[in-house]
Amino acid sequence: MATPLNLKELSNKELRFTSGHRLCPGCAAPIVVKMILLAACDWPVVVASSTGCLEVSSCISTYTAWKVPWIHNAFENAAATLSGVETMYRALKKQGKIDKDIKFIAISGDGGTYDIGFQSLSGAMERWHDMLYVCYDNEAYMNTGIQRSGATPIYANTTTCPAGSVIPGKPQQRKDLTKIMAAHGIPYVAQASPSHWADLMKKVRKALEIEGPKFINVFTPCNRGWRTKTDDAILLSRLAVETCFWPLYEVENGVTRITFKPREKKPIIDFLKLQGRFKHLFEPGKEKLLEQIQQTIDANWEKLLKESSPEENKE
Amino acid sequence: MTKVVAVTGNEAVANAFRQIEPDVCAAYPITPQTELMQRFAAFVSNGQVKTEMILVESEHSAMSACVGAAAAGGRVATATSSQGLALMWEILFIASGLRLPIVMPVVNRALSAPINIHCDHSDAMGARDSGWIQLWSENAQEAYDNTIQAFRIAEHMDIRLPVMVCYDGFIISHSIERIEYLDDELVKKFVGEYKPLYPLLDIEHPKSYGPLILTDLYHEVRKSHSEVYKKVPKVVLEVAKDFKKISGRTYGLFESYRLDDAEIGIVILNSAAGTTKDVVDEYREKGVKVGLLKPRLFRPFPYEEIGKELSHLKAVCVLDRADAFGGSFGPLYLDVAASLCNLKEKPILINRIYGLGGRDYMPEHAQQVIEELQKIAKTGKVKILKEYIGVRE
Amino acid sequence: MIGWKNIPPGMVILEPGSALKFKTGSWRAFKPRWIEENCIHCLFCWIYCPDNAVKVMDGKMVGFDYDYCKGCGICATECPGKKGNKAIVMEEEVK
Repeated sequence: MATPLNLKELSNKELRFTSGHRLCPGCAAPIVVKMILLAACDWPVVVASSTGCLEVSSCISTYTAWKVPWIHNAFENAAATLSGVETMYRALKKQGKIDKDIKFIAISGDGGTYDIGFQSLSGAMERWHDMLYVCYDNEAYMNTGIQRSGATPIYANTTTCPAGSVIPGKPQQRKDLTKIMAAHGIPYVAQASPSHWADLMKKVRKALEIEGPKFINVFTPCNRGWRTKTDDAILLSRLAVETCFWPLYEVENGVTRITFKPREKKPIIDFLKLQGRFKHLFEPGKEKLLEQIQQTIDANWEKLLKESSPEENKE
Repeated sequence: MTKVVAVTGNEAVANAFRQIEPDVCAAYPITPQTELMQRFAAFVSNGQVKTEMILVESEHSAMSACVGAAAAGGRVATATSSQGLALMWEILFIASGLRLPIVMPVVNRALSAPINIHCDHSDAMGARDSGWIQLWSENAQEAYDNTIQAFRIAEHMDIRLPVMVCYDGFIISHSIERIEYLDDELVKKFVGEYKPLYPLLDIEHPKSYGPLILTDLYHEVRKSHSEVYKKVPKVVLEVAKDFKKISGRTYGLFESYRLDDAEIGIVILNSAAGTTKDVVDEYREKGVKVGLLKPRLFRPFPYEEIGKELSHLKAVCVLDRADAFGGSFGPLYLDVAASLCNLKEKPILINRIYGLGGRDYMPEHAQQVIEELQKIAKTGKVKILKEYIGVRE
Repeated sequence: MIGWKNIPPGMVILEPGSALKFKTGSWRAFKPRWIEENCIHCLFCWIYCPDNAVKVMDGKMVGFDYDYCKGCGICATECPGKKGNKAIVMEEEVK
C-alpha cells in the first residue's frame, strides 16, 4: 500500500535528507529535495547530483546529509553518471544478484542541466534509461556567484550580465527546457513548484511509477541570487505559478495537461517587484521592458492552454 | 589450453572482453578503437556475453557512465583513443580519485591539431598523470594478455585503481598477427568474480561518493591516495606470476632485452620496440654491445628498477613516440632521466622523437640511433640532446 | 580533523546522515517562536522548512529543533494561523 500523500502521514516517514546541510537559510533547494524523497518514500532510491549548491552543501568534508546512496561526479554529467548506475542495476538484476526495486533520481541545478549538462541529459533521455531527472531551477549559476545561465529570465540582473547603464540585464529569453525535454518524446515531463507541494509530490510519484526516462523541472527560488528575503521562497514560488511565469503542467506520452490553473492570473509585476534582480526594471523608462515580459508570459500561457486540450484533460 | 588464431589487435582485445564479460560497458566510437567496440557489440547482440552496453553520446559521458556503473558495484570497461581520451580527461582523475577499477584499452593515436588518425603516444602520455595505472603493449598478444591481467590488477583489494592498456593504433590494432588465445574457462577463472567495494547499490548501507573537500583535508586525501601507488608494482608482478601459470608467457614491470652486458641501450615503448629488437640482434652479430629496455608498467613508473637496469650503460637513447607539445623533452625521456639522475653511475641520456602521427619507424632509424650511441659512448660527447628522427628537412 | 592514514578509499563517506553532527543553529539571527493556541497543526511549517527543524509527533506540530534552525522565517511566512493570528512569529536571536 503506497503511503498517502498527505502531510500527516508523510510526517511519520524518515527524512532521508537530513538537517546539518550548509545551504543558505531560506534556500528552496532542500525543500524540493525533501519533497522529492518524501514522494519516493515507498522505494529505495539512488541519487546523483551535479556540482552545484546542493552538492557542495549536502556533502562536504566527512559530513553528508544524504541517507540514500548518493554520487557526485562532475558538473556536466549527472545524467551520464546515473545512466551508468542504472545500467549496472539492470545488469546485476538480470544476473540475479539484486532483487530489489530501486529508483534512480538525478537532482541537479539549472547550470548542470540547461547548459553544461544538457548534452549528457539529452543523451541519457534518448537512450531511454529508467531514471527520473529533476532540475532544481534557481535560474543562474548560483554556487559560483550568481552568473547567468540558459535558465535566467530575460532582463534579470546577474553578475555576468549585470543591469548596467547600457544593457538592462540578460538580453535573451530563457530556454524552455521543459518543452525541449517534452520534444524528446519521453514518457513523462512536468513542471512543478515547492509551493504546490501536493502537485509536486504527485508528479514525482507518477514519474517514478513509469518505466523509462522522466524529467521534472522545479522552480527553486534563491534569496541570495534573486536579492529577496530569506522567508519568501514559498511565497515567490506561489506567485510564479499564479502569474503563469511558471505554469504547472505535465506532458504524458505527448499529451499536455495543465495541473493547476490559477483562479485569477496575476500581473507579472507582482512577482518581479519583490526581487532585487529585477529592481532596475522599475526605473522610469523601463516600462517597455516590463510590457515585453508580460506579453511573452501571456503568449506562452495561451499556447499552453491551446496545447492542453479539454478532452485530454480528464483526470 | 590455447587456440592459435590470426587476428588483429582490436579483435584480440575484443575477445578478451568477451571472455571476461564486464557487467557494463559504456563506449563511444573513435578511430582506431572502433573495431574493438564494434566486435564486442556484436557479441552483446548475439547474446554471447551478459554485458549491458551503454552507447553514450560522447567519450566524456562514456567515462562518466563508467564511473557511475563502477561505483554502483560491478565490473566496468570501455575503450578509446586520442581525442576521445582527451575529452574524458576531466573524468579520468575522478575515476582514479574515487578508486574505481575501470579497465580501458587505449588504442594509441595522435592528438589534434592537426587531426591525425594514426599512431603515436601523445594521447595516453597526455593522460599519464591522471592516476590511472598504465600498461603498454608491444603487439596484439601483449594487448590481449595485458587486458586480461588489467582486471586482476585493477580489482585487487590493495589497489582498486583504473587501468589503461595501451597498444598502437593501426599498427597493432588493425594488423593481423599470430595470437594464442587462452581458453574461455581459464580466463574466467583467472579474472574471477568481481568483488565490489562500497557499492552504491548496497542500499542498506548508503554511501556518499564525491564530497567537497576543502583546504583542511584535501592534502591528506591526496597523500593517502599517493600511498596506494607504491603497492602497484608488487601486484603487477604477482598477477604476472599467476598469468605465467596459465599461459606460459612471462611478464614483468618491463622487458629487458640483452641489457646485462650492454654498453649502450635504447628505451622504447610498444610496437617500435619489436622492430628495434631485430636491429639490436643485427648489431650484436657484429659484436656491438647494445641492449633494449621496453617499459610495460609506465604508471606508476618503476624508477628504482629501471634506474638499476640502465645505470651500468655508457649511453642510452630514449625513443619517444610523442613529443610534449610545449617544448620539453619527450615524456618517456623525462621519467627515465628521473630514474637515473640521483645515481652515481649513470649513462649519457639522449632523446629522439620518432613516428609521430603514424610515420613509419624503420630498421634504419634504429640503426641511426645505435650508430650515434656508439659515437657518444666512445667520445663522451653529445651533439644534440633532443632531436626528431626520420623527418624530412 | 582526521589524518591521512584514516582517509577511506576514494574519500567515500560511509556514514549516512553524518551532517547531523554539524549544528547549523548557530547561524541564526532570528528565532521562530511557537504560539500553540493559534496552531491548527496544518504542518505547512514542517513541509516548508528547509532544515527539517520543525518537530512533529503523531501528526501534530510540537516545536522547533533549535540545533539546526537557521532562522529563515519561511515557517512564519507560510503559517496560516487561526483567524489571522499566526502560530509562529520570528524574534531576534538573543545570544
